[in-house]
Amino acid sequence: MAGQWLPIVDLAQQVQAGSLTAGELVERSLNAIDEAKDYQAIIAITPERAKERAKDIDEKVKKGEKTGRLAGVPFIAKDNFLVFGAETTAASNILKGFTAPYQATVINRLEDEGAICVAKANLDAFGHGASTENSDFFVTKNPHNKTRVPGGSSGGSAAAVVLNLAPFALGTDSGGSSRQPASFCGCVGYKPTYGLMSRSGIVAMASSTDTVGILTNNIKDLALTLDVMAGRDPLDSTTIDRQDDYTNLVEDQTPARIGLIKEWLEDGVDKDVKRQIERAVEVLRGVGYTVEEVSISSLPLSLAAYYVLVPAEISSNLSRYDGQRFGYSFSGAKNLEESYRKSREFGFGKEAKRRIMMGTYVLSSGYYDAYYKKAQIVRTKLISEFTDAFKKYDFLVGPVTPTTAFPIGEKGDPLAMYMCDIMTVAASIVGCPSISVPAGVDDQNLPVGLQLLAPQRADKELLGLARYVEELLS
Amino acid sequence: MIDPAVYKRYRVTIGIECHVQLKTKTKLFAAVNNDAREASPNTLVSHICFGLPGALPVLNEAAIELAVRAAFALNSRPQTFSKFDRKHYFYPDLPMGYQITQYDEPIITEGSVNIEVNGQTKKIGITRAHLEADAGKTTHPAGADYSLVDLNRAGTPLLEIVSEPDMHTSLEAKAYARELYLTMRYADVSDANLYYGNMRFDVNVSVSDSDELGTRTETKNLNSFRSVERAVEYEIDRQIELIEKGKRVVQETRGWDEAKQKTISQRNKENADDYRYMPDPDLPPVVLDDNYIEKIKKAMPVLPCEWRRRLVSLGLDSSQIEILLEAEVEDGQVNYLSLIETLLDQPEVARQAANWQINVEIPLRREEQLPSVYSNNERLGLYKWLYKAFKEGRMNSNQAHQLLQLALRESAMPSDIQKYAESRGLLQESNESAILEIVTTVLQENPKAATDVKDGEMKAIGFLVGQVMKKSSGKANPVVAQDLIKRQLGL
Repeated sequence: MAGQWLPIVDLAQQVQAGSLTAGELVERSLNAIDEAKDYQAIIAITPERAKERAKDIDEKVKKGEKTGRLAGVPFIAKDNFLVFGAETTAASNILKGFTAPYQATVINRLEDEGAICVAKANLDAFGHGASTENSDFFVTKNPHNKTRVPGGSSGGSAAAVVLNLAPFALGTDSGGSSRQPASFCGCVGYKPTYGLMSRSGIVAMASSTDTVGILTNNIKDLALTLDVMAGRDPLDSTTIDRQDDYTNLVEDQTPARIGLIKEWLEDGVDKDVKRQIERAVEVLRGVGYTVEEVSISSLPLSLAAYYVLVPAEISSNLSRYDGQRFGYSFSGAKNLEESYRKSREFGFGKEAKRRIMMGTYVLSSGYYDAYYKKAQIVRTKLISEFTDAFKKYDFLVGPVTPTTAFPIGEKGDPLAMYMCDIMTVAASIVGCPSISVPAGVDDQNLPVGLQLLAPQRADKELLGLARYVEELLS
Repeated sequence: MIDPAVYKRYRVTIGIECHVQLKTKTKLFAAVNNDAREASPNTLVSHICFGLPGALPVLNEAAIELAVRAAFALNSRPQTFSKFDRKHYFYPDLPMGYQITQYDEPIITEGSVNIEVNGQTKKIGITRAHLEADAGKTTHPAGADYSLVDLNRAGTPLLEIVSEPDMHTSLEAKAYARELYLTMRYADVSDANLYYGNMRFDVNVSVSDSDELGTRTETKNLNSFRSVERAVEYEIDRQIELIEKGKRVVQETRGWDEAKQKTISQRNKENADDYRYMPDPDLPPVVLDDNYIEKIKKAMPVLPCEWRRRLVSLGLDSSQIEILLEAEVEDGQVNYLSLIETLLDQPEVARQAANWQINVEIPLRREEQLPSVYSNNERLGLYKWLYKAFKEGRMNSNQAHQLLQLALRESAMPSDIQKYAESRGLLQESNESAILEIVTTVLQENPKAATDVKDGEMKAIGFLVGQVMKKSSGKANPVVAQDLIKRQLGL
């Protein structure tokens, strides 16, 4: 495995000072990617553009010009971000051949500060999955055990960070897609408050829960990149105002009150996972936090609500992939109808089709009230229950997933795969920030993640606690 | 032809949906030029119009302002809360696979439009009006094995105004369409250029000989008042004939064949499409506060109904008023109405100026491309001078028309109209000695007529005056001429 990277703030400072070059960093990242090919974390690399950008930055440094807070720092973007320099496929066949004519807002913001995208990471196609097994191309392997999945859908990004292919990676998180792979791979995975980072230029999965995820090996790196990306974007009307400075975190927030979510420690949770969570709770208590069990009674309904609302939005968002304007198009269709049918039949994988079917069903007249509307009611109820819980507690904690990384191919049943999301979907439905922080390993040396949640717009406080926990648990 | 007696047994019910293109600079959800009239295909598109992955709609607030104005123009108020929904169907001119529209919480939920038919005023209810993005345009070249898609129009803001089924004749339908057109133009909501399809009407027509409503058809995309009228007439006849023959009317979408002046079946609607409406998660709801709404209300332009009230008080009849109302919006730069408005305190001048505008200026500007529109002040000066000259007998009505035409054709307003009229011989000759000369000649040349007049045959005097006018090339003051003829004949 490639060696660890220096903290991002140091890398950028050294590039700015001329003691390191952006060219060297890009080279190092590309070499690491090449050496870790077996893990199949990467769909495409963007060497030409990365080297060109590195050259520009190094020339700026020579001229004594400012190069930004992420000068020369390589990163890897999940392949559902629109980025110049390679195709954007979202790991789906239907987007094969699509090169982005514009970039995601967050990519532009990172580039404005001198960061350099070197590669596009693997994912479950369109973000539909929890293992990268739903990638239309290949399965990414867990850095700790090649027979295990890395989690998903941002499995490629999580594996890339743990394999030290770059100092940070972008994921997305619509129901746990950054937190769960971070937990499986043993890195930090963060889902912000809904709207804190722009969705513009990211292949949409479920618009009302889609967020930009950040995956890093430590909280300080994460906070710096968040600081660069966060805030309103005129291209995304659901974006919100940011907090002032995410880099000056308040780590010790004792005697803050923390609620331990009762429903997430009941039957079905792996004993080693439970043990590590309990250990973390003890550590928190030890430093002066009050940790109490709290029950959120509608939580058991969250997964069902999620798998009604999200497929509904997916079925809608995937309508534009019709083979007529970009990406894959079935050639030889006799008429428009056949072109639509065949392009979508061959272009979409099994899971995308399954979700389109479910979503179309729950939105159909006669079923809308029975499914979609009911799920909306559950969503509203969950939001109010979380609001109540956050009146009593500054933070909530629990596991990220019921188990550690499972063997590739183990979950043939789609429902079993959906169950992996049982503890992560709530924050997505509610829109509150949530993060997965490494909290030890199980008896097979596979990482366990601790999930921390905070009220909406308290991302900075959440990262402060996460930073403290990171230190306490290491 | 349907027997009038048969016709009478049926009750006709008509509702109209109208798509009004809002006059925003940019599209409803993209910062892209909205004026697709002369643009080459697919030049007014961005990643949003094209429906690329990752593209998000961003609401154009100018469209909201126009919708608020439309609400007031429709005798309503905008909703303080409304939202956008997705309406799903696949078609190549719909890049995202769904249209963004307002389904269950539109920005306007009630209203009315007053129409006048055969001198009777009637109130047509408005059910709702909602904002939505237009689709692109698909064309199917003859003989080609492909179709062409132009997305310039994709995303253009539309306000779909849905009427209550309150109309019962083709004349009412036509009057409603025209009134909606004038209303949207005066409210400055839309350019409402029918030629460019800025307003498109879908008419729903049903007939029934019982108390229950009959099966309706929807004839889509009518773009003139005349075609609204004709399509309704055609559908009424067609449906009555079907029922009279014992057949039934099929619920369907129909199109209008302008050349053949008939409606044609397009799509059977009995198996209703399932559009799978859902709230659009990319767009926060539209929440309007009262200050914003009131501010727009205060700035509302004068609407046709108010103009009519003002013009009626001047004694203009309704056909004159309607000509002025239409000309005002169709000529664009020329302000016929505000010119009259400045004369409201001199009703007689105003009335005369209105007449000259209707009889001379409006037809002239329609027939010829005049070099200048003139400022309101310049035109006001001209009309005032004309009125005075006419009133004082310095000009007759014919001369006034001629002078007006000449002056309007100039590229600059004549600085001294008196001189301008003189130099073109357009002033009346009231000088008695000059006219007397002509009168004497005319009496000598027409002894029979002169005798007739003397014998009390007063009709003949008109002939003699006419002869004097002819000889003076129309310049002689006819009142003076008649007076002199009588005196010469000793009457």
